[in-house]
Amino acid sequence: MELTEDKLLRVADLARLKIRPSMRDNIRQSCSNILSWVEQLQKVNTDGIEPMTGMNIEALPERFDEVTDGNCVEDILANAPEKDHNMFIVPKVVE
Amino acid sequence: MTNLTNLSISKARELLQAKEISAVELTKAHVSEIEKYNHLNAYTTKTPEMALRQAEESDARLRQGSRKILEGIPLGIKDIFCTKDVTTTAGSDILRTFVPPYESTVSQNLLDAGASFLGKLNCDEFAMGSANLNSAYGAAINPWQKKGDASHLVPGGSSGGSSSAVAAFLAMGATGTDTGGSIRQPAAFTGIVGIKPTYGRCSRYGMIAFASSLDQAGPMTRTVQDAAIMLEAMTGYDPKDSTSAREDVPCFEKAITGNIQGLKVGIPKEYQSDHIDPEILKLWNKGKKWLEANGAEIVEVSLPHTEYALPTYYIIAPAEASSNLARYDGVRYGTRVPGDSLDEMYKNTRSAGFGEEVIRRIMIGTYVLSAGYYDAYYLKAQKVRRLIKQDFDQAFKDVDVLLTPATPNAAFSIDNPPQDPIQMYMNDIFTVPANLAGIPAISVPSGLNSEGLPLGLQLIAPAFAESLLFNTGSIIEREAGFHDLKKEERQAI
Repeated sequence: MELTEDKLLRVADLARLKIRPSMRDNIRQSCSNILSWVEQLQKVNTDGIEPMTGMNIEALPERFDEVTDGNCVEDILANAPEKDHNMFIVPKVVE
Repeated sequence: MTNLTNLSISKARELLQAKEISAVELTKAHVSEIEKYNHLNAYTTKTPEMALRQAEESDARLRQGSRKILEGIPLGIKDIFCTKDVTTTAGSDILRTFVPPYESTVSQNLLDAGASFLGKLNCDEFAMGSANLNSAYGAAINPWQKKGDASHLVPGGSSGGSSSAVAAFLAMGATGTDTGGSIRQPAAFTGIVGIKPTYGRCSRYGMIAFASSLDQAGPMTRTVQDAAIMLEAMTGYDPKDSTSAREDVPCFEKAITGNIQGLKVGIPKEYQSDHIDPEILKLWNKGKKWLEANGAEIVEVSLPHTEYALPTYYIIAPAEASSNLARYDGVRYGTRVPGDSLDEMYKNTRSAGFGEEVIRRIMIGTYVLSAGYYDAYYLKAQKVRRLIKQDFDQAFKDVDVLLTPATPNAAFSIDNPPQDPIQMYMNDIFTVPANLAGIPAISVPSGLNSEGLPLGLQLIAPAFAESLLFNTGSIIEREAGFHDLKKEERQAI
């Protein structure tokens, strides 16, 4: 699978990445190689096989939907790059 | 007086209990070694004051007769476990300033068992790598070198700081994490023991996520017994991790009886790949003979989907990583790079904060999960994953444990690593299948190659049969006589 320049930019956009021009060729080429390499899985007959998402996920426990902690605003905001009035600050979203 | 840093955990524990040494002495000895061998770049953050304070508390408890299983033992923590009030970077620039307000369950369990923490250990960025060359904090260095060649070798990865520190006697043991081999491969490269327990044994709470269905914490130590001691302290059911196993924690140490009479050891024929160094094949044969001489029966088994394990892993792991790493967006924690809009801010932040391998894996993961490709890649890989697990289920109907090499080669030069990512991924060819199947596997140091570098053998067991790994591993350890090698053989220290 050859990852075209257009496709690369599209996937990067989905992943919210800007790939530096110095890295672009290398990423495009190596991703193309990896995608071609993993295509060998198509040879495997998986008719009637259930996908495996993880270990024992059928038995995942549930709990009541209730508050288990709280009153830790300072902890939550301690690592915020920008904060004010007990909130995270982000660039303006609505014009 | 013996050099305190050369002691095993089990021996140190004896001396501590007998009051022949103090926890403070033991910790001080390690702190000074860490300074002396700073050039190995094993630690990204050192916490000597905290370690000494914890050691003083241990000494006070020891005076009152404490029998906690790691009382007074100084350890290193891979910098992917959140440690309260201690910087935790996951080897990434994007978390350069991150100071967790909480403690991971695994590290808390170790503290509760009486351990002290010497600091945080270098690792590949978000645990993605096999050489510790993808750390934003520089390469960690393997204390071993080739005979007559002073060039620096990689300590393996992603738990490369952990393997370097334990092999160089800069910690009595260390935590690692293993998503595709990140405990076992660095253990093999540095001549130490590393075990990836059954998925669910160790809580993932507070362990920075790479691929959540594969990630598992485990101990890295210099002896099999030490690994058993440390794993017992790390593990246990944790309601904070929904995938945590509700299994009893056995006393793993007591399982080491040295008796493997009648044990059936499977040799997977598909592991005899062309990529293996002939010296490793030779060692594998030695391993079979050692186990046979101790009463085990060697049986050839087949794991027919082995060749598909690596490509399956390189769909599933990046897919999960692309999702997990979406949280690094410059809003709640980590580095932020401003932008004119929210999207621009996300993009600027992520592009500046992530290194090339992480970007590559996010790209692959995003691609295989994207509309039009999901079924052909991700769903297909999940189905092959089940076939791989079924191979193991089938094999364990006939045998108790599997013996394989840990890695296809010994440690390589820091200056001349494989340039092609797929070549680098081949390092995990023997370790990845156990992660996909969720089963436990241990790497045990088993000898040196002709260049004087350590090599490891791997044992793989059915889910929750870690005890079997420790007992069988102890036979390999004893037969290989690896511990008779003196510290002086590790030339980079």
